[in-house]
Amino acid sequence: MKHFLILLRRDLGLLLGGERRGATLLPVLFFLAVAMLYPFAVGPDAPVLARTGGGVLWIAALLAAILPLDRLVEPDLELGLFDQLALRGISEELTMTARMVAHWLSFAPALLLAAVPASALVGIDAATLKTVELGLLAGTPGLAALGVLVAALTAGLRGGAALGGLLVIPLAVPLLVFGAGSLSAGGEAGIALTAAFSLVLVAITPFAAAAAIRSARGQ
Amino acid sequence: MQECRLSANNLACQRGERLLFRGLGLELAGGQALQVKGANGIGKSSLIRILAGLLSPLVGMVERDGSVGLLDERPALDPGLPLGKALGFWQRLDGPGDAELSQLGLSGLLEVPVRYLSTGQKKRTALARLLGQEAPIWLLDEPLNGLDSRGVALVEALVVQHCAQGGIALVASHQPIALPGGMAIDLADFTA
Repeated sequence: MKHFLILLRRDLGLLLGGERRGATLLPVLFFLAVAMLYPFAVGPDAPVLARTGGGVLWIAALLAAILPLDRLVEPDLELGLFDQLALRGISEELTMTARMVAHWLSFAPALLLAAVPASALVGIDAATLKTVELGLLAGTPGLAALGVLVAALTAGLRGGAALGGLLVIPLAVPLLVFGAGSLSAGGEAGIALTAAFSLVLVAITPFAAAAAIRSARGQ
Repeated sequence: MQECRLSANNLACQRGERLLFRGLGLELAGGQALQVKGANGIGKSSLIRILAGLLSPLVGMVERDGSVGLLDERPALDPGLPLGKALGFWQRLDGPGDAELSQLGLSGLLEVPVRYLSTGQKKRTALARLLGQEAPIWLLDEPLNGLDSRGVALVEALVVQHCAQGGIALVASHQPIALPGGMAIDLADFTA
């Protein structure tokens, strides 16, 4: 537990205030930018905006989560950090769990906050905003897990960042389907399904990402 | 310092299609130091990684009693952080060691971001991390790279001190280095 907290503190420090703070700021700015551009693109038709706005926020959130992928794992692989941690008997599973939690903490709360002004920009009402927020709360842990998983898998590969983005999109489709689905009438169960899929991702990511790190070491 | 031992038996290492070395064995007990010599690309770093348990050998086995401290070309310190903070992360993991930064010539650099340090200064910071770890088995991969003559003397003195305390030091270097006992193997003798 002590090791976990030390790792979490380092990762959070880097993602929020340090070298890699772009990993926090970029997704939120991107998210707001999409919400701002959308009414310009489809026109000021309030009913259309209100009907589609929630879904657009979901797409924006998903794509925003892809942006920081190349900063999540790759730099530490190059630094030799994972080797040094392994020599101290700290498992890759623990390292990746800390990374996943730090990644979620660094972008999800900011995204949930940004959803409030974004909802005004796309003109959705308070009830819909609440559903979007609940859905994002359920879905962002899954997005964070997926981000760490794919970042670990593609770290050290040539063009890994672009490949990572392509890999995340199909894997995130269930989150989008259930999450955005919760916005339609009678779709409340969607949030539970989003949370369930998030849980699956959060559960497998530490192990899968750890295996990826170990296999990158053998090369 | 705890009892330590490092032994390897009949090691062979393959990288890609190339067999780098084979039939390599070594046996080190506490207090001993060994230099691994050899030209660039002959497999010194791979041997170090195999001995550290970070790479699987093609055949053979490695036995270690005691934890391993690894010093290679990557200092594992965040380039954007000031040196003091970057080392602080390892101090929190390893416990407050008594690594004397002044002895390493680093005391004036604690506020300097790691990326602005010179090659030799980075090597010294990696040495500070290694000292703080207090691992009985040292695996040093080209520890003299980028160091000036005082730095070289410093590494030699640290190894002497480490072995005197009962530790093991295995140093892979193509440069001459004075180690206690003066044992050395040449990887060229084990090439396929």
